[in-house]
Amino acid sequence: MSRGSILAVSAVAAVGVLALAPFWGMEHVPLAALWGGTDDYTKIDILWKIRLPRVAMAFLAGAALATSGMAFQAMFRNPLATPFTLGVSSGASLGAAVSIHLGLAFSLFGFSSVAWFAFAGALGTVVLVYGLTRARRGFSTATMLLAGVAVSFFFSSLILFLQYLSDFTRTFRMLRWVMGGMDNVVGFDDVLGVLPFVVAGILILVYLTHELNLITTGEDLAAARGVDVDRTKMLLFFAASLMVGAVVAVCGPIGFVGLMAPHICRLLIGADHRYLTPATLLFGGAFLVLCDTLARTVLAPTELPVGIITALLGGPFFLWLLLGRSSEVELA
Amino acid sequence: MTDAAGDNPSIEIRDFSFQLGKKQILRNVSFAVRQGEFLSIVGPNGAGKTTLIKCLDRILTGGTGEIDVFGRPLASYRQKELARRLSYVPQADGRVFPFTVEQFVLMGRYPYLNPFSSIGKDDREALSEAMDLTGTREFADRRLDTLSGGERQKVYIAAALAQGADVLLLDEPTTFLDYRHQAEIRELLARARRQSGVTIVAVTHDVNLAALESDRIVALREGSVVFTGTPEEVMKSDVLERIYGTPLLLMDHPRTGLPIIVPNASQEREP
Repeated sequence: MSRGSILAVSAVAAVGVLALAPFWGMEHVPLAALWGGTDDYTKIDILWKIRLPRVAMAFLAGAALATSGMAFQAMFRNPLATPFTLGVSSGASLGAAVSIHLGLAFSLFGFSSVAWFAFAGALGTVVLVYGLTRARRGFSTATMLLAGVAVSFFFSSLILFLQYLSDFTRTFRMLRWVMGGMDNVVGFDDVLGVLPFVVAGILILVYLTHELNLITTGEDLAAARGVDVDRTKMLLFFAASLMVGAVVAVCGPIGFVGLMAPHICRLLIGADHRYLTPATLLFGGAFLVLCDTLARTVLAPTELPVGIITALLGGPFFLWLLLGRSSEVELA
Repeated sequence: MTDAAGDNPSIEIRDFSFQLGKKQILRNVSFAVRQGEFLSIVGPNGAGKTTLIKCLDRILTGGTGEIDVFGRPLASYRQKELARRLSYVPQADGRVFPFTVEQFVLMGRYPYLNPFSSIGKDDREALSEAMDLTGTREFADRRLDTLSGGERQKVYIAAALAQGADVLLLDEPTTFLDYRHQAEIRELLARARRQSGVTIVAVTHDVNLAALESDRIVALREGSVVFTGTPEEVMKSDVLERIYGTPLLLMDHPRTGLPIIVPNASQEREP
C-alpha cells in the first residue's frame, strides 16, 4: 500500500471511530438525539453534554499527545522520548496536587481550580526546563533531556510529600488525578479551552515538517542543510509543551499514547513527517477515543481511568518494542 | 574550473581560534581553499580537524578571527544561503531513523524549499543526477537503516551533492570502510569533481590517501596549522614527524613514485 492510501484508510477509520463512539455506551442513545429528533431529553443531554464533548476531548488529547511525542522523538533522536519526558506532566501533577491539598474549589472561564493549577504547573516546568538549558548557553538537547528528567524527579517527590501531608480524601483525589481521564469533561467548555492550544501546536508542527525530517538525521546535518537548528528546536519545544500542558491540565497525564502512536505510525508509514504527522494525529486521536470508550464501558457503570487502559495496552507494546524490534531501539 | 584558483578562494580563514568551554581547540588557523581544488586537512586525533570543518559550515558557532565564504563574511550568510554554497558529509554515526534512501537524498534540497512547498522539477533533476553519479539509484527505495556502511556513505554523499553546493566538506569519508568501499568512495569523489567541478575539502587522519588524491594538504597539530603544501612536500620524514609527533617509515609508491607511509613493525617483535 502506498503512503497516500495508508493515510486515507487511517482517516476513514478515524472518522468511523469518531462517529460510532458517542453512540456506544451503557445507555442507549438513538441517532435522532443528534438533531433533537427525540422526546427523551435525557438522551439528548447524554449525547450533547457528556458523550460528544468527551469523544471530542479524547480525540484532541490523543492527537496532541501523539504528535508531541512524535516531535520529541524526532528532536531528541530518541525512540523512548514522550511528551512527558521533559517534565510537563509532573509539573502539571504538582500543580493539581497543590490545588487539591489547599482544598481550593473555584472555577474560572469554565475551568476548575485544579485545571488552572495544573496548567500553571505545566507552563512553569516548561519555562524552568528551558531556562535551565539556556543557562548553560546554547540549546543542547542532552542538557535539556537531563534537566527535564531531573525536574521531573524533583516534582514527583514533592507530589509524594504533599500526598503524605494530605488527608485520606485529598490523597485519593491526587492519586486519581495522576491516573488521568476524561471523566470530568462535561459540556464543551473544556474542549473549547484546549482546542486553540492543540490547533496552534499542530499547525506549528506541520509548518516545521521539513525541519522535523532533517533534525531526525542529526542536528549537525540539519544545520549543514540550512536548518536554523536552535530556532527549530525552540519552536518544537514550545509548540509541543503548550499543547501537552493544556491537555494535561484537563485530562491529567495520560500515558503511553505519546510513546506508542508515533512508533506504530512510523512502522506503517515510515519516518517522513509529510505523512507521519497527519497519520500520528489521526491514529493518536482515534486510539484515545477507543481507549476512553473502553474505559467507560468495560466495567460499567463504574469507569476505569483511561490511563489504565492506555498503559495496559501500551506496556506490552513497549516491551515488544524494546525486545523485539532491535533495529528501532539502536536509535537510543 | 578555470585558472582563477588562488585569486578567488572559495573559503578563506584568517587567524581563526576556537574554544569549547575552557579548552582551546583551534589556534590562529589561517589558510585558503581554492575553487575547484581537492584540499585535505590531515593531522593526528584531537588536532581539531572535525571542529574546523564544523566551524566552516557554521555547525559550530563562535570563535575569533575571520572566515570568508566566496568573498563574504561567514556571519553575513543565512543558514539556508550558506547551505547552497557549502555541503557537509558527517562522520559515520549509526543512529538513523527509517527514511528511504530517496527521501533522505531529497532532504538535500532543503535550502531550496519553503515550508509548504513540495518537491519540484529542479529538485527531481538534482536528485536523479546525484543518485546516478553515486550509483545509489539501485537502492533508492531501501531504508537507510538496512544499508551497509559503504552504501550509507554513498547515500550521504549523494544527499550532499543534491544540495547543489559549490564546496563539499567531508569528515573522514573513508575511515570506517573496507578497501573496496574506500576505493569506490574515492572514485566517486573524483567523478563528482570532474562532472560538476565541485571543490572538495576532506578531513582525514590518513595522510597516505590524502597525498594520493589531493591537490593540496593542510596539517593541523594541537589546533595549529603546522604545514600547508603539496603532497610531494608533505611526504618527507621530517615534515611528517612534525605533524604526527612520531617517526614514520616511508617507501615509494609503486605507481606514483611518491613516498607513502608504511606501518612500522613493533620493536617488541623479533623479525
